[in-house]
Amino acid sequence: MKESGYRVEKSSRKSTVYCYGSWRVTTIDKFEKSVYSLDFKNRDIEIDLSQVSELDTSGALLLTMIAKSAKSVTYLNLSKKQDKLIHIIEESVAQRATAQYKRRGQIDHLSFKFFSSLLYVKEFIAFLGELFIKSIRLITKPKNFRFKESVYFIQTSGINALPIIGMTAFLVGVVIAYQTIVQLTKFGADIFVVDTSTIAIARELGPMITAIVVAGRSASSYTAEIGAMKLTEELDAMKTMGFMPFYFLVIPRIIALVIALPLLIFFSDMVGILGAMVATKAQIGLSFEIFIQRIYEVLALKHYIIGIVKGPFFAFIIAFVGVFHGLKVSQDTESIGKETTQSVVNAIFLVIVCDALFSVVFTELGI
Amino acid sequence: MSQVIKVENIITKFGSKLVHSGVNLEVEQNEIYAVLGESGSGKSVLLKEMTMLLKPTSGDIYLFGKNIRDLSRAEVAELKQNWGVLFQFGALFTSLSIENNIALLLKEYTRLSKKMIHYIVDAKLEMVGLDRSVKYLYPHELSGGMIKRASLARTLALDPKLLFLDEPTSGLDPVGARGFDELIVNLRDILDLTIVMITHDLDTIHNIVDRLSILADHKVVASGTLHDVLQSHHPFVEKFFKNEYLNKRLKSV
Repeated sequence: MKESGYRVEKSSRKSTVYCYGSWRVTTIDKFEKSVYSLDFKNRDIEIDLSQVSELDTSGALLLTMIAKSAKSVTYLNLSKKQDKLIHIIEESVAQRATAQYKRRGQIDHLSFKFFSSLLYVKEFIAFLGELFIKSIRLITKPKNFRFKESVYFIQTSGINALPIIGMTAFLVGVVIAYQTIVQLTKFGADIFVVDTSTIAIARELGPMITAIVVAGRSASSYTAEIGAMKLTEELDAMKTMGFMPFYFLVIPRIIALVIALPLLIFFSDMVGILGAMVATKAQIGLSFEIFIQRIYEVLALKHYIIGIVKGPFFAFIIAFVGVFHGLKVSQDTESIGKETTQSVVNAIFLVIVCDALFSVVFTELGI
Repeated sequence: MSQVIKVENIITKFGSKLVHSGVNLEVEQNEIYAVLGESGSGKSVLLKEMTMLLKPTSGDIYLFGKNIRDLSRAEVAELKQNWGVLFQFGALFTSLSIENNIALLLKEYTRLSKKMIHYIVDAKLEMVGLDRSVKYLYPHELSGGMIKRASLARTLALDPKLLFLDEPTSGLDPVGARGFDELIVNLRDILDLTIVMITHDLDTIHNIVDRLSILADHKVVASGTLHDVLQSHHPFVEKFFKNEYLNKRLKSV
C-alpha cells in the first residue's frame, strides 16, 4: 500500500496542505497526533486532495481538524463524493460546539452508590411484604397453589442435591472426628469424640453445610432462571395472560425448598455421623456398635431437633434471596451474572446471620 | 464496476435437510442488493455463509474477488474489517454504553487517540441520525428504531466497504422504515458502500433496491431488477408481488 500522510507548504500569503495516500480509519492513526500540533495562526489555508486514494469519515474528520486553526479553508481537487462527505462531517463538528453533556462526577457517584444500597434494603423489605400478602391470599384461595411446579423444584433442588450434600457431609464428619481425636487423645479421653462430633454435626454443622451447598446450587439457579425469563420478556408475557409470576415462579420455589431442606439436613446428619464413625474406627479402632451405643447416651434429641428446625428458616432465606435477585435482573445480559453472584453471597451470609441468632437464642433459653 | 460478491453453486444441508441446492448470485460494487424468500427458504443461512458464520456443504463464495475458503488468517482478519453486519435485532453489547459499543472496534483495530475516537463516535451518531446524548445510554434504554440506528453506527465504525443487513426495516414503523431506507441510500452514496440485505419490505424493495434475488425451492428462482423479477411466473413471485393490492402500486415499474 502507498504511504499515506500529508505535508504542509507555507508561502507568505497562505499555506497549502498536500494530503496523499489512503486516509482511512485504519491508516490515519500513524499521523493523527501530529495534526493536533498544526497551527495556521488564523490564516487562510488550502487542502489539496489530488493524491488521496481513499477517504472515509474518519479521514474527513481529521481534515476538519487540520482546518481548525485556520481562518478559512479551501479544498482543492476533491471529488463530488469527498465534497459531500466533508460537508456532512463539518456539519456534525459544528453541532458539537453547541452541545454539552454532563457526566457523573465522583461525589455524585458515591452518593448514587449509597442511595442505591438504601434502595436495595427498601426493595428487599417491600418484596418480603408482597410475598406475605400473596401468601395470605393463597391460603384463602388454595387452588392457586401450583402443586406440580413445587414437586418439580423438590426434585431439582432437593433430590438432585443428595449426592453432593452426602459427599460434603461425609467429609466434614471425617475431618471433625479426626481432628477431635488428635486433641482428646492427649487427655486419654478419646471416647468423647462421639459426644463432640455428633452434637456438632446434628446441631450446627449438618444444617450449615446443607444450607451452604443448597445456597450455592439453588439460589444461583433460581436467580438465573427467573432473570433469563425477565430478559426475554417471558415474565411480561405471563402477566398479560393473567398468570401471576408470584404463584408460578416465586411461591413454588420457596415451598419446595422449605419442604426439602429439613429432609436434606436429616440426610446430611446421618452421613456426617457415618463419616465420624468411619474416621473414629480408622483412628482409634472404636467399633461401630460402641459408637452407636455412645450416641444413645450423649446425643439428646433436642440437638437433632434444633438442627432440623433451622431447616425451613434457612430454606426460606435461600429461596427468597434467589428469587428476589432473579426479579431484580435488568435488561442487560451482564446483570444476570451480577445478580447471581449477589444472590449466592447474600444467601450464604444471611444463613450464617440467622444461624448465629438461633445459636444465641437457644443457648439463652437453655436448650 | 467490479464484482464484490460472487456466490457459486452453493449447496447446504443440515443433516438430511436440504437448504440450498445450487444457489448462485453476484453483487456488483456500489449496488443495493436484496435477497428475498419465504421464511425457511435459507436466506439467513445464506447471509451467515457469506459472513463466514456457517460453512456451506459445497460451493464457493468469493468476496472482493477472493474465495473465502482459501483465505489466510490475516486475510480473514482484514476482510472482517472491511465488512459490517447489521443483525436483525441490533445485537448491541448490552453491557456497554452506545458510545463504547461504537468505539469498541476503533479501540481494538486502530491506534487512534481517545479524543479522535470520541469525535468519530459523534460523527457516526450524527450520520445515522441519532442525538449525541444517546451515547451515554445503554441498549435497553433505547427504542427499537434507535437500536437499529445505533447498531448501524457500530457497523459503520470502521467505514466498511460492504454492508450486510438482516431485515433492516423489520420492527420499525412505516415512517421509521422509510427513514431508514433513505439513510441507507445516503450512506451508500456518500461512503461508496455495497449493500446486501435480506428484506421482506416491499417498499424497501421498490424504493431503494437496485437488484434482487428470490430464493425458493432451495435455489434462486428469479433475479435481476424488480422489473426482471416480475416477469417470472414462479408461484412465490406470483403470491408475493402479484396480488390485487400490489398491482396498483407496482404499475409504475
